[in-house]
Amino acid sequence: MSPPLLTLTGTGKTFANGVEALASIDLTVRQGEFVALLGASGCGKSTLLRIVAGLTEPTSGSAKWSRPLETKSGRLGFVFQDPTLMPWASVADNVYLPLRLAGMNRAQAEPRIAEVLAAVDLTEFAAAFPRELSGGMRMRVSIARALVTQPDILLLDEPFAALDEPTRFRLNEDLRKLWRARGLTVIFVTHSVFESVFLAQRVIVMKRRPGRIASEIAIPLPDERDAALRTSADFGAACRAVSDTLAKATEAEAA
Amino acid sequence: MREAPPLGRVSRLLAPLVFGLLVLAAWEMLVRAYAVPVYILPGPLLIGQTLWTDGPSLLQSLWVTLRIAFAALAVAIALGLGLAILMSRSRWIEASLLPYAVVLQVTPIVAIAPLIIIWADDVFLSLLICAWIVAFFPIVSNTTLGLHSADRGLQDLFRLYGATGSQTLCFLQLPTALPYFLAGLRISGGLALIGAVVAEFVAGTGGSETGLAFRILEAGYRLQIPRMFAALVLLSLAGIAIYAALDRLSHLILRRWHESALPRER
Repeated sequence: MSPPLLTLTGTGKTFANGVEALASIDLTVRQGEFVALLGASGCGKSTLLRIVAGLTEPTSGSAKWSRPLETKSGRLGFVFQDPTLMPWASVADNVYLPLRLAGMNRAQAEPRIAEVLAAVDLTEFAAAFPRELSGGMRMRVSIARALVTQPDILLLDEPFAALDEPTRFRLNEDLRKLWRARGLTVIFVTHSVFESVFLAQRVIVMKRRPGRIASEIAIPLPDERDAALRTSADFGAACRAVSDTLAKATEAEAA
Repeated sequence: MREAPPLGRVSRLLAPLVFGLLVLAAWEMLVRAYAVPVYILPGPLLIGQTLWTDGPSLLQSLWVTLRIAFAALAVAIALGLGLAILMSRSRWIEASLLPYAVVLQVTPIVAIAPLIIIWADDVFLSLLICAWIVAFFPIVSNTTLGLHSADRGLQDLFRLYGATGSQTLCFLQLPTALPYFLAGLRISGGLALIGAVVAEFVAGTGGSETGLAFRILEAGYRLQIPRMFAALVLLSLAGIAIYAALDRLSHLILRRWHESALPRER
């Protein structure tokens, strides 16, 4: 088994207004793993991801990476719930941003920009503005931007929640391919049971008030996953198991 | 209820033109019908004629006034942008300075113009300061608002990639503030002209070169009412031209990406 990359010990977050978003999270993510955080809205999964990314500090416990995360080096890619693109900049300029902030000049960055735009199938839209793209295309720009620094850790916060189903399915498959091809470590936040099962090796089910981990389920599906898997019996069984766990977690929080 | 169909391009230009001509025709007719003396209210035809005969000398004065307005606008842009950026760097600086910018804004320019004219040696300089005071605030307040309006997600993104303060300013805050700044600029353009005219009214004669405001005063004293109206028409036209030019500039700069410059889809 690969070594732990991220270790959360008793991690909690209480906001300034007194709302306890997360209580005592213990979680280990290993190098090269694909982990999904699954839960209903308001279970603190986005907050957890922000703590992991260093965008907010936990108020109790700790979140430790096994090696220092230098933000400038872009080892970590983050995809937000919204595409979060700069409306005044072209697709290529948006993708260039992380490299620009790291001080790389445009000429040096050009091959990398071209590579990631090709990876998300947007080569011919390099000069377009975000406004001119569909929602799915904007999300792909956002993913390209997260990949341009060649990160080995990718954090995604419900990135496909606002997309139509065919687009979401395709991007799911693309993400799986990327994960396998690049040996990424991925933490993926979602509220969709099907999405979590299709993508992850391990699903962390969370419950609310305060947000905490209800249980963990290993997904016994092969690494090779394609569209055909979605209709297979194995996929159905895994979805049922996760769905039952989620239902139980929701029941428990109501009690 | 059925909504009225939208007007075409030609109709939208034609409608105000026809309305304006009707009003002018009515004006001319009433002035003639009641034989209103010229020194009370001249008819539009006479004003047009005066505009034609006195035009060249009035244009020269207009240029004097416009020079003051443009110089004031340029200073307002430079200092306004500078102050807004300075205030965006620190909440302390903002809290310390913004109230004084507001004081500058709410003080009636007519009330302090005499003081400024006494203090500044040069007439041009004193007129410029007056016009600047009027034009300054919309640029500062709009740009400040814009610099604070950067998208939260993008702010997170910049933090995530370890952006420095100046990188965040150049690549995030200033582009975000651009539409706000341009909206302020459109207001300030007209205000600079008004400020210049008001200051000239207070200052009286502007030395060897006299601005349009002084021409209006002069014509008033001499009961040359048609000339007064002609100067007024020139002044309005100049104001409209400044607004239209700045509006066009704003559209050209923003047309690729900003909502305000994009055609609405039906």
